[in-house]
Amino acid sequence: MSSSPTQVHDGTRSQSAGDPLLVVKDLKVHFPTSDGVVKAVDGLSYTVERGKTLGIVGESGSGKSVSSSAIMGLFHGSSAQLSGQILLDGTDVLTLSEKEMRALRGRDVAMIFQDPLSALHPYYTVGAQIIEAYRVHQDVKKSVARRRAIELLDRVGIPQPDRRVDDYPHQFSGGMRQRAMIAMGLVNDPSMLIADEPTTALDVTVQAQILDLLQDLQREFNSAVIIITHDLGVVAEMTDDTLVMYGGRAVEYGKTSEILTHPEMPYTWGLLSSVPEVTGDTSAKLIPIPGNPPSLLNPPSGCHFHPRCAHRDKVPGDLCVTTTPELVPGGRDPHHLKRCHLADPEDIYLQEVLPEIAPDLVDEIAAPEQTGAPGVHGTTGTTEQGGRA
Amino acid sequence: MFAYTIRRVITGILLLVVMSVVTFYLFYASSTTPERYACGPKCTAAQLETTKKSLGYDEPTYVQWGKFAKGVAVGRTFPDDPELRKAAPQLVQECPAPCLGFSTGYSAPVRSLIQDKLPVSFSLAIAAFVLWMVGGVALGITAALFKGRLLDRAIVGLSLVAFAFPTFFIGLLLLKFVSIRWGLIKLPAYTPLTENPWLWATGMILPAITLAVVYMAGYIRITRAFVLETMSEDYIRTARAKGLNQRTVIGKHTLRAVLTPLVTLSGLDLAGLLGGAIITEQVFNFNGVGKLSVTAIQRFDLPLIVGIVLLVATIVIVANIIVDLLYAVIDPRVRLG
Repeated sequence: MSSSPTQVHDGTRSQSAGDPLLVVKDLKVHFPTSDGVVKAVDGLSYTVERGKTLGIVGESGSGKSVSSSAIMGLFHGSSAQLSGQILLDGTDVLTLSEKEMRALRGRDVAMIFQDPLSALHPYYTVGAQIIEAYRVHQDVKKSVARRRAIELLDRVGIPQPDRRVDDYPHQFSGGMRQRAMIAMGLVNDPSMLIADEPTTALDVTVQAQILDLLQDLQREFNSAVIIITHDLGVVAEMTDDTLVMYGGRAVEYGKTSEILTHPEMPYTWGLLSSVPEVTGDTSAKLIPIPGNPPSLLNPPSGCHFHPRCAHRDKVPGDLCVTTTPELVPGGRDPHHLKRCHLADPEDIYLQEVLPEIAPDLVDEIAAPEQTGAPGVHGTTGTTEQGGRA
Repeated sequence: MFAYTIRRVITGILLLVVMSVVTFYLFYASSTTPERYACGPKCTAAQLETTKKSLGYDEPTYVQWGKFAKGVAVGRTFPDDPELRKAAPQLVQECPAPCLGFSTGYSAPVRSLIQDKLPVSFSLAIAAFVLWMVGGVALGITAALFKGRLLDRAIVGLSLVAFAFPTFFIGLLLLKFVSIRWGLIKLPAYTPLTENPWLWATGMILPAITLAVVYMAGYIRITRAFVLETMSEDYIRTARAKGLNQRTVIGKHTLRAVLTPLVTLSGLDLAGLLGGAIITEQVFNFNGVGKLSVTAIQRFDLPLIVGIVLLVATIVIVANIIVDLLYAVIDPRVRLG
C-alpha cells in the first residue's frame, strides 16, 4: 500500500488533493443517560484531505460510528451533547442550524451505511430512493433525476440499470444493494464520503469488488473518504491514514503504512495479532485481545486500555492506572501519534510481539526502510481475509 | 393474486358452513325450549306442540340445519311441513334464496330484519372508525415525536384514563352533559344519510365519539410504539442522511412503514364493529345489529341468532381477505400465493 496521493483528476473539481477538507478538533460526543454520561467520543481530532482516505479502526463501541454520525449532523435534535469542532471545507458543522446542516447532508458529505438491507427502505424502489436523494439537493424534474439514478447504477456496476432501477431492495443481492447504497451516496458528487463498515455484511469476493469500486470512484470524484472498519485488510488496501480508536479516544494515528508496520500502541498490536495470515504458517497462533471493550459509562482510570494491556509491567510505577497518556508523536515519525506510556514500544514490538505473530517478517521490518512497500503482515488483501477461519 | 383471492373466498365459505353448524349445536346444547318464547306467555300445551312443529323445532338438529342450509342455497317456504301449509294456506310465506330463516321473536324474515338494522350499525362503525383513526394516529405520532416530554406523557396518560372507563360510562356522560345539561347537540337519533346528511352527522356524533374514545386510546399507544420503533430503523437514518427534512422523514418514510400494522389491526377492529356495537347502541337507543343481537339472544330466537352470527362472521372473513390483499399492496416484499 503506497501512501502516494491518488491524484487522478476528472476535471470536475478545481481543488487538488492536499488541502484539508475535513478537520475534526477535540470532538466530544456525550450521551446523558439515567445511569450517567456515556462518553462515546471523548476528544477526537483528525484531518482528511481531498482525494485521501482515512481508515478508522476499532472494536464495537469504540466510538467510530458515533464520530462519523456527528460529522453528518445526525445528532441534531437528540439528547447528545457535542463539543469541539468539525470543520468541513472551513465550515464548522457543529454550529450550523438543522436547516443549514440539512443542505450539506447528502450533498457535501454523504454516508454509506453498513448492512444495506436494513439501511434501504423496504417499501420504496431502489430508483425512487436514489431519485429522492438527488432531488433533495438538485432542482430537477423527476425524469432527469431518474436518468441520473440509472447512470449511477450503471457506474457502480448494476447490470441492466434501466430495468433494475424499478426493483425493490429485497430483489437485489447483498452486493448489489451495497452498490446501490454507494450510488445513492455519490448521486450529488459529495466532496466527503463516509463509509461505515461498507463490506461487513458481504462475502469476501463481493467485499473486494466493493472496495475496488470505492477506490475507483474516489479517484474519479477526487473526494475525501473515511472508511470505518474493524477489518485491517480493508485498512491496508484502501487507506492513506489510519486512526485507531479505543474507548472513545484515538490511541494511534498516522500514515497507514507506518501504523501497520511500526505500531507503537499495545492495542494496535492486539488488532494485528488477531488477523489471520493466509500465506503464513497455519500452526501460528491467532492471539486475541483478552478482556472486553471498556465501559463508556465508567471507563477505566488512566489509560483506558490498561486492564487488557499485556505490557503494563514495562511502564514504571502505576502510571497506566493513574495517568491518561497524551496522544503524542512516537520516536519514529512526528506524524505518527500514539497514546501510550511505553518508553520504547518499537523494541517491544520487534522483540516480543512480531516474532509471535509473524516471525518471517521480523528481519524485513527491523531492517532499515527499504524501497517499496514492506509486506504488511496479515493484510495481504481483503479477498484473502478469513482464509483460515 | 386472483387465484389467492379465490382460494381465500372458498376457505371463507367453508368456515361459514362450520360456524353455522356450531351455532345450531351450541344453541341446543343450552337445553332451551325456543318454542315457548315463540308461543307467548299464555300458551297451552297443545299450542306449544303446534308451534314447535310449525317452527320445525321438533326435528333433529342436523335436519334443522339441513333445511337452513337449503334455504340459504335455494330458498324456502314456511312452514316446512306440507300438512301445515295445506291447513292454513293464508300463513304460507315464501323466503327466496339466500334465505336466513324466519325470526320467531319478530315474526319477520331474518334477512329483512338485519337489512333494516345494518345501516345504523354501519354508520356508527364507520363514523367511529374515521374519528379514532384520525385522532389515534395523529395523537400517537405526536406522542412519539415528543417522546418523554410533557405532551407525550399527557397524551399517553389521558388515553389510559379513557381506556379505563367503560363504554357505557363515557356514553352516559356525553349524553347527560353534552345533550341534556348543556343542550349542545340534540338527543342522538339515527337518520339515514341519504335522507339528511346533517341530521345523520349530528345524530351520530355522540355515539361515534363514545365508541371512538375507547378504540382511540389503544390506537394512540400502538401508533406511538410503531412510530418509535420505525424511527430507530436504519432506513430512517439513511433518509435523514440524505438531507430530507423532518416532515418527509416522518410523513413519508416512517408512516409508510407504520401503515402495514395499522391497516391489519384497524381492518379487523372495523370488521368487528360493523357487526354491531352492543353497548353503545344500547346506551343511545340505536336500533342497530348490536341491539338486535341482544334481543335475539334474550328471546331464544335461533334463526335470528344464526343470521347475525353468520353476518358478523362474513364481515370478519371478508375484512381479513381485504386486509391480506392490502398488505400485498402496501409491502412489496409480500407475495401472495
